[in-house]
Amino acid sequence: MKSRTIKVDYLARVEGEGALYIKISNNTVTDVKFKIWEPPRLFEAFLRGRSYSEAPDITARICGICPIAYQMSSAHAMEGAFGVTVDRQVRALRRLIYCGEWIESHPLHVYLLHAPDFLGYEDAIQAAADHPEIVQRGLQLKKVGNGLMALLGGREVHPINVRVGGFYKVPTKQELAPFIEKLKWARDAALETVRWTATLPFPDFEQDYEFVALRHPDEYAITEGRLVSNKGLDIAISDYDDHFVEEHVAHANALRSTLKERGAYLVGPLARYNLNFDKLSPLAQQAARDAGFGPVCRNPFKSIVVRSVETVYACDEALRIIDQYEMPEKPAVEVQPRAATGYGCTEAPRGILYHRYRVDAQGVILDAKIVAPTSQNQKSIESDLWQFVPKYMDLPTEELTRRCEQAIRNYDPCISCATHFLKLHIERD
Amino acid sequence: MPPGKGGTLIVGLGNEYRRDDAVGLIVARRLKEAAPEHVRVLEESGEGTALMESWQGADTVILIDAVDSGAKPGTLRRLDAHRQPIPTRFFHYSTHAFGVAEAIELARVLSQLPPRLIVYGIEGKTFEAGLGLSPEVEKAAQKVVERVLGDLRRPVATKRMLNS
Repeated sequence: MKSRTIKVDYLARVEGEGALYIKISNNTVTDVKFKIWEPPRLFEAFLRGRSYSEAPDITARICGICPIAYQMSSAHAMEGAFGVTVDRQVRALRRLIYCGEWIESHPLHVYLLHAPDFLGYEDAIQAAADHPEIVQRGLQLKKVGNGLMALLGGREVHPINVRVGGFYKVPTKQELAPFIEKLKWARDAALETVRWTATLPFPDFEQDYEFVALRHPDEYAITEGRLVSNKGLDIAISDYDDHFVEEHVAHANALRSTLKERGAYLVGPLARYNLNFDKLSPLAQQAARDAGFGPVCRNPFKSIVVRSVETVYACDEALRIIDQYEMPEKPAVEVQPRAATGYGCTEAPRGILYHRYRVDAQGVILDAKIVAPTSQNQKSIESDLWQFVPKYMDLPTEELTRRCEQAIRNYDPCISCATHFLKLHIERD
Repeated sequence: MPPGKGGTLIVGLGNEYRRDDAVGLIVARRLKEAAPEHVRVLEESGEGTALMESWQGADTVILIDAVDSGAKPGTLRRLDAHRQPIPTRFFHYSTHAFGVAEAIELARVLSQLPPRLIVYGIEGKTFEAGLGLSPEVEKAAQKVVERVLGDLRRPVATKRMLNS
């Protein structure tokens, strides 16, 4: 068969749904379309006319997996617009709750969504039947992240304690103390996760990506920094719109982000790791090295290991923050609205999440722009498949399809952020 | 921290901003008013592992969620998780990779199902972005509130013996 169109109607184990279509003619890939559509567009409309103070809680509803990212990007944008700087310990608590989100999100993807691909299982339920202890470890690890989010966010799923200027309520040092033992266990479990994921079979596949992530001089950037890349980008987040564009593509309702000058780019764990390896804690760096990983990793399939390394880091960093924590005098700083434009960009588990708001003198939102990580990775996902499919062209359709799904899952695409339904069509005539 | 565990737990699932997907949340809110005080009522997005955590220690768990199976909007289904697997297709519209059906089936494999687990599925009409239930779904929501209150009145022990 020289020409074929591989088709799968539903891609499981990604957050949300969309579609993928691959056309192969005369043993050449002639079309790859990764189709998604974007609720953030709708939320941008919801936000118009609402108060600046509502942005964190409204945008948190975009995603049940990474609500903290939305709250942080929106709170930072508003604080930037109003010229407000939060207390040092409030900033540390924000980093702590964000670590909680990483500890919640990464193990979910590593253990329940991505690992079954490498182990040859249909899903995590099958995997759990053979390896209950491994799946349990993932669930327990994720639970520690949930606990941190519940304590600092007020509740687990849609945290309500984050506000522009800080928090509504901050914990005492005693309230954080019980997490020390839990996080130490989680750090060990994450180290074990690095060792375990490093033994998985990886396809031999590397790409010359442009990695884009925040970079901060003093820390592994999560909540703030400059936007940098391995191909020369180095800008303030307020210059985002000068360098990145969103383009309409005919096959999707989504807007697809590209760098004006160079096109596709990659955000997320792999980008952060490659750009900020030197800022990981010594323990996280050592865990990576022990697993045979240096500071550079261009194989997207290995992102499962990088996510595990970042989980080690998040536990380590959470422990450091709790150790140095002193309860701030006030949970939040006063905020005085003014007419301005504010920019927020933070490292959601899946990569940079950019928010921009224009508000009037009363703090009413005039317009909003939200760019989620998955819509930024959309072009890299397609570009991976353009390169990946020809290498595995001889595989039976079913196996090739499975491999393509695995390649998409490398990105842990959160289509509930970037879109709604994902259906996968890989067709060969 | 979460409230005390044990006893009876009602969990409404859904996304507030996706029309009929909000029905589980709305039913949960009504039950919060109407259910006896000892019954815990939670609202969740439908992320499976959070769900598994929420029901740890509970004897009876009642889940309420919207369903997209192609049936007539407002159609009500009541499933006993101990008697049948939960069809993942019911919850296909869910934006979660690891959702309600997956949580129930994983819990089954790991022997973590609550002693009694009832799932109410309400067929939605529209899951597009926006607020407000369709009239058919609104009608079904009221029916579910009454049926769950009926479940709560029924002696739990009988059911638990049946299921164990």
